[in-house]
Amino acid sequence: MGRKLLTEHINVEGIDTFEVYRKHGGYRSVEKALKTMTPDEVVEEVKKSGLRGRGGAGFPTGLKWSFLAKPEGVPRHLVCNADESEPGTFKDRQLMSKLPHLLIEGMITSSYALGANTSYIYIRGELLYVLRILEKAISEAYANGFLGKNILGSGYDLDLHVHPGGGAYICGEETALLESLEGKRGNPRNKPPFPAVQGLYARPTVVNNVESIAAVVPIINDGGDEYAKLGVGKSTGTKLFSACGHLNKPGIYEIELGVPVEEFIYSDEYCGGIWKGRELKAVVAGGSSVPILPKELILKTAAGEDRLMTYESLSDGGFVTGTMLGSGGFIAMDETTCIVRNTWSFSRFYHHESCGQCSPCREGTGWMEKVLHRLEHGHGHMEDIDLLVSVAKQIEGNTICPLGEAAAWPVAAAVRHFRDEFEWHVTHAKEAARPGAVYPGKAVLA
Amino acid sequence: MPLNLIDMEPTNAPAKPQFSAAAQDEIKRIITHYPEDRKKSALLPVLHIAQAEFGGWVSPEVQTLVAETLDLKPIEVYEVATFYTMFNLKPVGKHVLEICRTGPCMLRGSDELTAHLERLTGARVGGETSPDGLFTLKEVECLAACGFAPIVQVREKYYEQLDTPENVDAMLTELRNMVHRPILPWEALAQN
Ligand SMILES: Cc1cc2nc3c(=O)[nH]c(=O)nc-3n(C[C@H](O)[C@H](O)[C@H](O)COP(=O)(O)O)c2cc1C
Ligand code: SF4
Ligand code: FES
Repeated sequence: MGRKLLTEHINVEGIDTFEVYRKHGGYRSVEKALKTMTPDEVVEEVKKSGLRGRGGAGFPTGLKWSFLAKPEGVPRHLVCNADESEPGTFKDRQLMSKLPHLLIEGMITSSYALGANTSYIYIRGELLYVLRILEKAISEAYANGFLGKNILGSGYDLDLHVHPGGGAYICGEETALLESLEGKRGNPRNKPPFPAVQGLYARPTVVNNVESIAAVVPIINDGGDEYAKLGVGKSTGTKLFSACGHLNKPGIYEIELGVPVEEFIYSDEYCGGIWKGRELKAVVAGGSSVPILPKELILKTAAGEDRLMTYESLSDGGFVTGTMLGSGGFIAMDETTCIVRNTWSFSRFYHHESCGQCSPCREGTGWMEKVLHRLEHGHGHMEDIDLLVSVAKQIEGNTICPLGEAAAWPVAAAVRHFRDEFEWHVTHAKEAARPGAVYPGKAVLA
Repeated sequence: MPLNLIDMEPTNAPAKPQFSAAAQDEIKRIITHYPEDRKKSALLPVLHIAQAEFGGWVSPEVQTLVAETLDLKPIEVYEVATFYTMFNLKPVGKHVLEICRTGPCMLRGSDELTAHLERLTGARVGGETSPDGLFTLKEVECLAACGFAPIVQVREKYYEQLDTPENVDAMLTELRNMVHRPILPWEALAQN
């Protein structure tokens, strides 16, 4: 079994308390950073680690930190993105509820690196019970001198607060999140200016995912070079995957990047294969926004190489035969799954969650949902299939934020790989519309 | 996204709602988290408190109270309360069952769960309340618990793996036996 950097102690009794967490080596990174390192040295270690943002885009964290503007006399902020709403993704919730002090420790060390004296954790409103867990842990950290004024006698001050959202996927987009934190509707902002220059309250701000911030802890404890030794190429370190759908053992797995997809799905160490002894049909490997791949293409690249759980290998083949690592939300579908129905469900999601600011997204997501609905319910036409592709194309690149693309990609990919199944929904409309109907044919391999 | 103010039904809440003393203390604590001239930041947390205190929904009167509490114009509260799906704009039953309907939950039987809950409670999804006033059924999108599907959220609690009749019954029994609403976290703080 590979090394675990984040979840090694996740099942230790009482690890959510300061005392037990500390006994297992907790808060060492804060001591090391504040007592022996300058903020820039902390940033340097994170750069060396090769850590890439775990929220979905995979942007190098150290580089992002180095873009933070530092005008004299203007406060800066670190905001943790704990909005976790990408369908298929449930790692941050687990991490925060079981290891609240790990996130808090990461927030302190990272805030110190960025020179932030007030930091926020923006958590999705549905997770109020996790907010309570975090608030309790934060008050323990204050009581033990790891938060507040003059932390560990270093002269560094930090206040940390948790802020709940109100139920809106779009607030995971970082500028919508900042609007929401300011008490407004979650409409994404036009960029530039980027948050690194004008973020929360128009002050320089870094927004990072929960898992990215947690990863700073082992990076500072062991050094960026040690972290970078794990993984393959530019996919360094470990990553949490949340596995769901038709698997024998859905759940959260921390893996060293580079495990073959086949091993991840079938080995007993991980997901234990497909449930009910069935065959795998398709996988959405990185949360609902990334292209779906049929079994053959998720297990092997188009060139016939083993597909690995890395940023590079999953995107090998671009959008023609590849996908993306995204947020690590791994959704497996068995042979009985209806691809049209599943695509419709995702389209309904994006239509529901579009903030409505840009017409291509607001109208396009609604249109795709409607067309998919009629295909699934036996009222579709052959032209509908190309219509879907054309609407998806017209959304791409024409919106303020990437939600538009997130809605378009899955539809385009489903038609690309499963066109026969879409056509069957027109030629065998009645049969296909029956609940639980199973398409008898096979996927198209690009 | 529900944006239609005309949808809001006349309230049967007292004409001028007031936050409890415990809630007022909690609100004061929350306001300190933000810069002094940025009280508006406290809007979402205060709306959550308001919804929990005043029967599971935010009536126009309650929204006005929230506006007064944070020195905002009422419109600033209305536009936010209508944007975020967690805030109920109509009266609800004693327990609001929020059923996740998104892809991963659908793969593990959320459609069947929804139908089952409609049969057991007599309410239909889409915000309808059962004849006995106990349950309101609402479909929601992914709750970040997809590996434990299918899921229902009731207030701050997640009920997971509701793919067996036993688990569903256990949830409903627990909710039916709940005589009072649970003690709210700020009330618990005030009691200590
Ligand atoms: C529609 C949309 C939803 C998003 N949801 C999340 C989310 O729930 N959690 C998250 O960390 N990032 C989310 N992101 C990505 C954030 O905008 C941002 O890139 C991320 O928080 C940066 O953190 P990282 O660099 O540590 O990954 C979302 C982006 C978009 C466009
Ligand atoms: S792309 Fe969609 S979600 Fe993003 S800003 Fe435009 S309308 Fe809103
Ligand atoms: S799809 Fe239901 S919790 Fe994610």
